[in-house]
Amino acid sequence: MKQQQKIVAFLIASVGLLILPLILQQFGNAWVRIADMALLYVLLSLGLNIVVGYAGLLDLGYVAFFAIGAYMFGLMASPHLTDTFPMIAAMFPNGMHTPLWLVLPLAAGLAGVFGILLGAPTLRLRGDYLAIVTLGFGEIIRVFLNNLDHPVNITNGPKGVSQIDSLHFFGLDLGKKLAVGGFELASVSLYYYLFLILVIFSIIICHRLELSRVGRAWMAIREDEIAAKAMGINTRNLKLLAFGMGATFGGVSGAMFAAFQGFISPESFSLMESVMIVAMVVLGGVGHLPGVILGAVLLSALPEVLRYVAGPLQAITGGRLDASILRQLLIALAMISIMLMRPRGLWPSPEHGKSLQNVKN
Amino acid sequence: MDIFLQQIINGLVLGSMYALIALGYTMVYGIINLINFAHGEVMMVGALTSWTIIGLMQESMPGTPGYLILIIALVIACIVAASLNFVIEKVAYRPLRNSPKLAPLITAIGMSILLQTLAMIIWKPNYKSYPTLLPSTPFNIGGAVITPTQVMILGFTAVSLAVLMWLVNYTKLGRAMRATAENPRVAGLMGVKPDVVISATFIIGAVLAAIAGVMYASNYGTAQHAMGFLPGLKAFTAAVFGGIGNLGGAVVGAILLGLIESIGAGYIGELTGGVLGSHYSDIFAFIVLIIVLTLRPSGLLGERVADRA
Repeated sequence: MKQQQKIVAFLIASVGLLILPLILQQFGNAWVRIADMALLYVLLSLGLNIVVGYAGLLDLGYVAFFAIGAYMFGLMASPHLTDTFPMIAAMFPNGMHTPLWLVLPLAAGLAGVFGILLGAPTLRLRGDYLAIVTLGFGEIIRVFLNNLDHPVNITNGPKGVSQIDSLHFFGLDLGKKLAVGGFELASVSLYYYLFLILVIFSIIICHRLELSRVGRAWMAIREDEIAAKAMGINTRNLKLLAFGMGATFGGVSGAMFAAFQGFISPESFSLMESVMIVAMVVLGGVGHLPGVILGAVLLSALPEVLRYVAGPLQAITGGRLDASILRQLLIALAMISIMLMRPRGLWPSPEHGKSLQNVKN
Repeated sequence: MDIFLQQIINGLVLGSMYALIALGYTMVYGIINLINFAHGEVMMVGALTSWTIIGLMQESMPGTPGYLILIIALVIACIVAASLNFVIEKVAYRPLRNSPKLAPLITAIGMSILLQTLAMIIWKPNYKSYPTLLPSTPFNIGGAVITPTQVMILGFTAVSLAVLMWLVNYTKLGRAMRATAENPRVAGLMGVKPDVVISATFIIGAVLAAIAGVMYASNYGTAQHAMGFLPGLKAFTAAVFGGIGNLGGAVVGAILLGLIESIGAGYIGELTGGVLGSHYSDIFAFIVLIIVLTLRPSGLLGERVADRA
């Protein structure tokens, strides 16, 4: 009986997710975009969850990997590099349109390498020292993106990189509408399905990781590093692996983001963004996949939905409050009150094997 | 040579402002192990409050000497910031004291956003020009110049630090604070009321932050709702740099950070032949921090805590 209920719930959920963009599309593409961004944030949160949730390493500079992935794709699939460097233009007479199959592994790989680079010097640091170093790393990447427009114009500075190719593979261009038997699928809906596939794929990876030897080792490190070491776990390699894996997720979502937006600038990769991703993971329930997904959807979609709700509220206050200010106010209040009511997150992982909880200190 | 001296003066001024903020971070961290993300915003509230008071006083009592206005505004700003931080701790951190460590971190971030937004509503988002209340003729020291405002900043910082050191090392409250930082449970058994101590810590931190806010605004001549973010971040970096939880470390870290930043910003252009500009000054702090922490994982003056289960 219980198994049956589970299957029914699963079927309803999957059908719901599949037709969601079709319904949203009727209300305008802006709503589908919200769903797309929510999925991207789910992807980012899943990646960060590996670092923060499983391995227990607080990373406040996660957006750096997102930025690396985005710039990787942005530079390899936009006219920016060919416009600035005649040499590259000569190499690619048809303009630089690196195929997805090449850019995606590159973006993931590069982000992963940066993840390990960041991880290596911070292995000896604990807790909040780690937090500040990762935060600093995020800022360093952002400042470089912002200033590498001279002497050699690589990132185009604060103006950002524009005219980035949309994704296309198997002869399918996600930047254009697709007509299927008289029914039109908007470009944003196509991205929705792509992101959905990626998210499902990532959830499977994360779930398998959680149950694997590696996942259990990460959790052992999170609970007690010294005990984990004593049990023969190679904490150094596993921590680096956690950083690398988490960063890879960030790199992939960054590449997706660049293709989806068609434009990237350093502004999208501020510290606030890192903080919001951490907030998503913690608010949902750190280390628990359904919780993390819930947190990401809630914190990314809520502000957008509030944008529409804030209008009437604004009218009540006599237009004194700007809609965006109101939105920020509500997000802040939501973050504080959710944490106060549910300190372990909205949907925390079930507790087991933690009988020693109260003996800390 | 005089450029070098000038950069040192600027660095000291910058560093002493960081120090005032960093002390608030490090004291809170020492006692409840929380990165108080909203601390930079407390500084901002202090600065904006003083801006309002100065505006009101200049309008209602023209002819009052500048330094008097500044002192009155400073006192009121300190009171407002202290009550604000007291309330923040009570509302957002106290209920989560025995929760997982990440929970209060998120409420702290929420508080930071909330305060910025409220400040934006109350004071409007534009940049406000902060009046210069002290005479603006600079003093000359060996080719370098220092404005009376900067002298005041150095003076105020020195006095605040002296008072704080006295408070922490020679008073009953200070002893209670140190005891709570060492071990809250045992301190409680010895008759220390942890709640009182923690509230006091937040109040002291807020007063220092408000002083820093007023100094910062008078030094740069502007105030705005987002002004607390970057100095807050730098101050936190300084606190970690010096060894978080250690008061002396916070001051040393902050002064060093200020010096590194201003000297670095002054010379990087020359050193790299104009390839790297002073835009990079914001990341010197972080690069130095990463190097220092790689070599000394618990900061410059941090104690080496032995790993324990």
